[in-house]
Amino acid sequence: MILAVCAVPAAVVFAAFWLLPMVRLVLLPASKGWTTYFAVLTEPRYLQSLWQTTLLSAVVTLVSLAVAAAVGLYLGRRQFAGRRLLLSVLTLPLSFPGVIVGFFVILMGGRQGPFASLTEAVFSERITFAYGVTGLFLAYVYFSLPRAIASFTAVAERMEPELEEAARSLGAQRWHIARDVWWPALQPTALAVGAIVFATAMGAFGTAFTLASRFEVLPITIYNEFTNYANFALAASLSITLGLVTWAVLFVARRFGAASVGVGA
Amino acid sequence: MKRALKRCSATHQQGRLDAPVLLSVTLLVTLFTVLPMLLSITAGLSNNFTRGVASGLTTRWIVEVWSLYGSTVWSSVLLALSCMVLVLCIGVPCAWALARSESRAARVFEDLLTLPVAVPGLASALALILAYGELRGFRQSFLFILAGHVVFTLPFMVRTASAAFARPDLQSLDEAARSLGASFLQRFFGVLVPAVAPSIVAGSLMVFTLSVGEFNLTWMLHTPLTRTLPVGLADSYASMRIEIGSAYTLVFFTVILPILWAMQAVARWTEKAYGSKLG
Repeated sequence: MILAVCAVPAAVVFAAFWLLPMVRLVLLPASKGWTTYFAVLTEPRYLQSLWQTTLLSAVVTLVSLAVAAAVGLYLGRRQFAGRRLLLSVLTLPLSFPGVIVGFFVILMGGRQGPFASLTEAVFSERITFAYGVTGLFLAYVYFSLPRAIASFTAVAERMEPELEEAARSLGAQRWHIARDVWWPALQPTALAVGAIVFATAMGAFGTAFTLASRFEVLPITIYNEFTNYANFALAASLSITLGLVTWAVLFVARRFGAASVGVGA
Repeated sequence: MKRALKRCSATHQQGRLDAPVLLSVTLLVTLFTVLPMLLSITAGLSNNFTRGVASGLTTRWIVEVWSLYGSTVWSSVLLALSCMVLVLCIGVPCAWALARSESRAARVFEDLLTLPVAVPGLASALALILAYGELRGFRQSFLFILAGHVVFTLPFMVRTASAAFARPDLQSLDEAARSLGASFLQRFFGVLVPAVAPSIVAGSLMVFTLSVGEFNLTWMLHTPLTRTLPVGLADSYASMRIEIGSAYTLVFFTVILPILWAMQAVARWTEKAYGSKLG
């Protein structure tokens, strides 16, 4: 009885401001006919947007995991002056809104940025990378790395150095150590962090919004349908697709024994 | 002892396991992370971004940002604090109930609660607008954004606190207090909450951080009169010169980061004061 009373306030708030509105959102496309639910598959423009977003997020996830694992292995198993400081600098972007990360890319690779000045001096042509797929990729990696680095460093700190010593003294190659010692220790974390990084990249709106990229990702497509064309049923349908993809990835990762790491934190 | 062993093996490693690849990746990543921050700080303080610091240092961009967007700073801090307090009030009792209940309904509810994190903020925001967009007074107030932030941050608090409440030693402590005649409220505030204080503080910190930087939901939920810091940032990036955007980013760093660091210090202090009590 007391248990129920304790849970009621949270349940009421959750039902009123998420669950019931969400049920309504899920039912909305039906008002325009059942086919609206499959708009993402039937309309080539949306399908391309979904495909582009998925591909970008997958590449970002793989690159971030590989790079962060290297950094984690380095920082997690070494003691040196300033290690704590370095780790807190590397994880600082965790508290940046996505829009700031997008702006960083504009600063570095935009029309007025140092990269444009540099290429002008060398090739006498101002080259920018901020407004295309390269800019999006770098921005997404920028906000994915800190989370992955924090998790991998924590795992590497708990790794047993004896195992690697033993492998080394038995004459194992670097590559074999990476495959047989590092990978089994990192794998559950890689799965969990990979799922979160992928889901975050799929839904990342602020960064893409700031970059106003020529490479359209699904959150931007949804936003345009909603605000520019007031096409609510379609925006709802695309949101449901996006929500299903990210939820499914997180769900599957958990099923396959991903280590628990703080979601989204 | 363990620490000494670790240090010993670490120094031992350094001789044999100097890893040139890992070291260079770490250095490159550090550069990749820090360079844009430094560039944005100098850009916010230089007269002209393209010519850099050589164009002379100035605070006029910061002054301009403060007059244009100063209010967003206070809105964001207030909003994040309100969100934190609300999530504390509804989340902590709920976490206890979920930790103690063994019913199937509780597990389903726990899974449902985490959905707003798995589903992109854009979708949650659309749902809120479609459901409450007609309620003018609510739609145009900060309460509308607050509602979105609360459901988005609630699962972080509930999961952190409920993991702490689930400790078996806490269960027997609760039983002992009950057998001595303590009422539920006495036990909840006198025994249970102090015992999990570090987790609650850590959860609150997470809630504040998430709320203060939240954009995906907030951009959809805001109105011209209800702007938060990240919303203002996006607006300045889109419509102002690059020096103003940089100065605004600098304002974000100087206002928000000290608050976060202070809260982290409090979290560490609670960990020390309360964390060791129950081992």
